[in-house]
Amino acid sequence: MRYELDFAAPLAYWPDLLLGAATTLGLSITTTVLGFGLGVVCAVARSGRTGAAARVAGAYVEAIRNTPLLVQIFIVYFGLASVGFKLGVFTAATLALVINVAAYTGEIVRAGIESVPRSQLEAAQCLGLGRWQVLRHVVLPPAIERVWPALTSQYVLLMLATSITSQISTEELTAVANRIQSDTFRSVEIYLIVAAAYLALSLLMRVLFWAVGSFTFPRRRRLGTPL
Amino acid sequence: MIGLTPEQLLFLLRGFGWTIVLSLLAFAGGGVLGFVLALTRVYAARPLRVLAMLYIRLIQGTPLLILLFLTYFGLPALGLVVEPMLAAAIGLSTYVSAYLGEIWRGSLEAVPRTQEEAAACLGLKWRQRLIHVILPQALKIATPPTVGFMVQIVKNTSLASTVGFVELVRAGQMINNATFRPFIVFVLIAALYFALCYPLSAWSQRLERRFDVAHR
Amino acid sequence: MSPIVEVTGVCKRFGAVSVLEGVSFQVRPGSVVAIIGRSGSGKSTALRCINRLETIDAGQIRVCGHDVTSPKLDVNRLHRDVGIVFQSYNLFPHLTAEENVMLAPRLVLKMPRSEQRELAAHVLAQVDLADKAQAYPSQLSGGQQQRVAIARSLAMKPSLMLFDEITSALDPELTGEVLKVIEGLASNGMSMILVTHEMAFARKVADHVIFMHRGKVWEEGLAEMLDAPRTQELAQFLGTELRPAKADVVVPQP
Repeated sequence: MRYELDFAAPLAYWPDLLLGAATTLGLSITTTVLGFGLGVVCAVARSGRTGAAARVAGAYVEAIRNTPLLVQIFIVYFGLASVGFKLGVFTAATLALVINVAAYTGEIVRAGIESVPRSQLEAAQCLGLGRWQVLRHVVLPPAIERVWPALTSQYVLLMLATSITSQISTEELTAVANRIQSDTFRSVEIYLIVAAAYLALSLLMRVLFWAVGSFTFPRRRRLGTPL
Repeated sequence: MIGLTPEQLLFLLRGFGWTIVLSLLAFAGGGVLGFVLALTRVYAARPLRVLAMLYIRLIQGTPLLILLFLTYFGLPALGLVVEPMLAAAIGLSTYVSAYLGEIWRGSLEAVPRTQEEAAACLGLKWRQRLIHVILPQALKIATPPTVGFMVQIVKNTSLASTVGFVELVRAGQMINNATFRPFIVFVLIAALYFALCYPLSAWSQRLERRFDVAHR
Repeated sequence: MSPIVEVTGVCKRFGAVSVLEGVSFQVRPGSVVAIIGRSGSGKSTALRCINRLETIDAGQIRVCGHDVTSPKLDVNRLHRDVGIVFQSYNLFPHLTAEENVMLAPRLVLKMPRSEQRELAAHVLAQVDLADKAQAYPSQLSGGQQQRVAIARSLAMKPSLMLFDEITSALDPELTGEVLKVIEGLASNGMSMILVTHEMAFARKVADHVIFMHRGKVWEEGLAEMLDAPRTQELAQFLGTELRPAKADVVVPQP
């Protein structure tokens, strides 16, 4: 029966917590960048006209969106190991998270692509631009700028989801919290501290995204209005 | 079949059953609290509105896993005896309440203001307006995203395995410890989740399309 | 001199609806041709067939030495020789006016950056918008946006310019500035085809006017024909009385 909270005990582990937070942040940023890249490829495949690529991408998105991340992580870590591909915990965690977030990114970016009016494509083609040039310079920039807020939310969720990788012993913030909990038995305190840490990390991610957005989209930076 | 004995498959299916039970519990618990939150955010006095908003932001900014651990370890600290299923249900309900609260707040606010005005001008009191005019319309608007969120609830029950509740994933881990065939076990589990989630997703998309057309 | 545009017997259907029924006309280099007609007469479609935005079901089109109907057509080369300006300007919203103009020279002509800048400054000055180079489309009025669109097409140095009802989406007070630019281009000898509703402008600037009705070239001639329509339909369209150009032309009474 514990009636008094003791925050001092778990806070004494602050170096471990800091390291765990850094791992969480590192994992989040890595998977965000890779997931974004793969997601854009997926979105382009799904919005294109070539049937085969669109269907494969479609099946991939549906498979990821309708199965839990935890199961996906287990398949990548334990499942692949049992058929011969032994991956380190960090690699497996990154791989599973990238595959997961790319599917969601793909859907968001695809909506952005489809919001670019056909008349833009016509104008670009009539200026002599080739298909890939139109995609790279006329379709993708406004599409991504338009869905930037949705992407930001998605990657903040991704950062929160990195906590699930604690289940395969990735030494991120939640795993560190579990360890401290089993050492000190101050469970309420440690999880409250860590919850606060995640809130701080969410804020940090949002600021980072806002900064990247301002840098990448000069129109947004100058005019301040949505596209 | 596929290297698993019938007993093992049955064990998995029983876990699957508990997944469904937990999903329904979380939806019910989270739904009731979420409904109260939504009404608070739209109709209550400012301090309560702010409180509700803070609660939602707080819960949405916390990983579900941490919420579950807080519930599982925290409630015993308050003197309550909590076994995995109760901890999972409470933790998940809290999580669900924040998200459904947001979705339903959006649905309430999406009902055109003119409906509220027309009802008021007819002399209906607040509770009558809510029950007979606002809610029926908000319900229609809320259905596609709510069905879509049910998919999230089902997937999130998988985390209940971490506090020892024997739903599908935990059952799978136990089978895996006995058979050492993780690939087959977890792919099979993924397939079971897919079988439950995909129809819900498809239904949600169909509802969204139908609602879009009706609303134009 | 051989015509810069030769349209012969062009037919086009959209599904079951026949939009162009045997359209034929020619455009001489350096001349300004105005195509007028009701909505649904096929005039915009005819224009869009010229630069292959639409494909045709029958007939032949030759533009700037390209056979537009041939499957071996180099579409990119055609687009470089023919510029088009649309009713809804279609500026790229995420780029400034200058960047809009520089995009194609940069990507298609592979022009170095300093040259791009010079070219952009030159064409923007031509349309009277030198001071708006750094503005985004959302900061410009409709007339200004349309002029940027014209500059954007001009930057590619086309041999032929197509204008698809470019003043229809503008407030009346803004059409003047756009028409002034077109006049300037005409006096510099640019070959142009204008689909337009501006009768006064067509009269002033066009060397040749084509009136389309129900998917056919119904009447064509010099701009003066607008003062003396020969057919009932053109008269109705212009809202004037039927006035025979020559005394011996027999005109059926309404």
